[in-house]
Amino acid sequence: MSVFIIRRLLQAGLVVVVMSFIVFSGVFMVGDPVEILVSDDADQEERERIIQSMGLDKPFIVQYGLFVAKALQGDLGESFVFNEPALLLILDRMPATMELAVVALLIAVVFGIPLGVWAGLRPDSLASKSIMTGSILGFSLPTFWVGIMMILLFAVYLGWLPSTGRGDVQVILGMPISVLSWDGFSHILMPAVNLALFKLSLVIRLARAGTREVMHQDYIKFDRAKGLSDARIILIHVLKNIMIPVVTVLGLEFGGLVAFSVVTETVFAWPGMGKLLIDSIGQLDRPVIVAYLMIIVFLFVFINLIVDILYSLLDPRVRLQDVKA
Amino acid sequence: MTVAQENLEIVPRGADDAAKFEGVQTPFRRFLSDFCESKLAVLGFVVIVAITLVAIFAPVLAPTDPYDLATVSVLDGRLGPGEAMMSGVTAHLGTDGAGRDMVSAMIYGLRISLGVGIGSGVIAMLIGISVGLFSAYAGGRIDSVLMRVVDIQLSFPAILVALILLVTLGKGVDKTIIALVFVQWAYYARTIRGTALVERRREYIESAVCLGLSERRIIFRHLLPNCIAPMIVVGTMQVAHAISLEATLSFLGLGMPQTEPSLGRLISNGFEYIMSGKYWISVYPGIALLVTIVSINLVGDRLRDVLNPRLQK
Repeated sequence: MSVFIIRRLLQAGLVVVVMSFIVFSGVFMVGDPVEILVSDDADQEERERIIQSMGLDKPFIVQYGLFVAKALQGDLGESFVFNEPALLLILDRMPATMELAVVALLIAVVFGIPLGVWAGLRPDSLASKSIMTGSILGFSLPTFWVGIMMILLFAVYLGWLPSTGRGDVQVILGMPISVLSWDGFSHILMPAVNLALFKLSLVIRLARAGTREVMHQDYIKFDRAKGLSDARIILIHVLKNIMIPVVTVLGLEFGGLVAFSVVTETVFAWPGMGKLLIDSIGQLDRPVIVAYLMIIVFLFVFINLIVDILYSLLDPRVRLQDVKA
Repeated sequence: MTVAQENLEIVPRGADDAAKFEGVQTPFRRFLSDFCESKLAVLGFVVIVAITLVAIFAPVLAPTDPYDLATVSVLDGRLGPGEAMMSGVTAHLGTDGAGRDMVSAMIYGLRISLGVGIGSGVIAMLIGISVGLFSAYAGGRIDSVLMRVVDIQLSFPAILVALILLVTLGKGVDKTIIALVFVQWAYYARTIRGTALVERRREYIESAVCLGLSERRIIFRHLLPNCIAPMIVVGTMQVAHAISLEATLSFLGLGMPQTEPSLGRLISNGFEYIMSGKYWISVYPGIALLVTIVSINLVGDRLRDVLNPRLQK
């Protein structure tokens, strides 16, 4: 077991190092931030001073070395635009993104499981067929376009919901939360549904496949023989058994939600990390871009590591195979 | 299809035998009749052919040339559907912010979206097939290292990998294609490796080895053709995915440059006018994008059912 964990840790470390190099060298080559930051009427001396103060005069490899040394101390550089540490800027916007992702995940589960179970119990009914067709659409429709259509319908024509921003936030345990007030809730509803659509289709499919499989098992026949009511069989015996794959996949997909929120946040001007990234790309704010990409890579490597270790605990074949190879 | 050709070679060909062939059910004919059982899939296929033709003949079909700066006028900007432009041409679906006729812009945008989607799909497939076959054939250490790389890449969502690449590479047609190829190759590599490992143990490969055929001949003439079916399925799904991803990236302002407006870019351009109710700039390119992606997915879904040997009757 410890061999397996050490191997995976080393691998995760390697991925982080490789990604940091790719991200830093790539972003380093894009555009010249000096052109944007220094005003046109600054003289040569002023330019030199700014270039030096930002460390842009040093060779690439030295800049990378300095970046890594600072990053290890939790300093990912200072934003050119906001003159604030990039890490703080991102952490500042992280709760908004996390709230959006969590609410989206809740929507996917709360609506996806009943719909999927329904479709699995009566696979040939009209309702089930429409649910499944809907889930194909959920997979095919580009998220950003659905978002635009939602704005057009609910904000422009019907005027029911606001289309941008976060609305009123309440601070709970030091974190600003939108869902608790009506104003905040009306702001988060559209972006969260938009972000949830893809995962909703996924949950529907998983729940349907699980239900169809479980219904043929002997323990369901035994429940019937015991004379349990349909409601009890479905709510307790079926639901418990289909939750295992659903929970596993959703755990894995949470990172995907955070990554995909870049699109939803841009459409709905939701003040999260994703929107910060897109704004920073527009303004060539290198430190923020690098810091965002590093944080998200780190997050993913961490999630994958945890999932790998959990899997190997649950299924010893995984780690035996890996050690052999 | 290859199996069909081999069968044909065994049977002696004569003028008298030609009649006998008419009723023979070749695998290709069986595939065709299986595929046509789903009306939706046939509809999807017809739509794809129509869309492809529109994209190829864009310069002939488009009422105006959206790139011709001499005829495009800002004064025509944001005309509603059905209004006449300065040049006298009716803009059936309105005009965008720069005064381009939406019908023409969409036809050209479709051309770019399809081109980038299919182009990146083909390149990714070639790279994926090479790496996957090599990995399956080499086995051992090389195989496990290559598949680890594939696993690691697939553990990141496609949008994130594409984002990182495009942020570092910048905008442009070539860069968008590079990013899309990078995102997709691993799917092909993993799929073909899996199939190749199974096919390798089959008797026809053993007999080919016994006959003393060269490795190259075994791989390209015997192994590869039998691994093609799952590649076709993955390929169709991936092209739809690539088109959607390209549109998303262009919407974020990362993929295609303003000078090469793909459907995603057109939707993004219309987004600024959406709050003032000028819906047509975003809605119509969106519908075109949607029809394209859904019909490719319908065909891909049916192909998966038909080509999956486990489901064959």
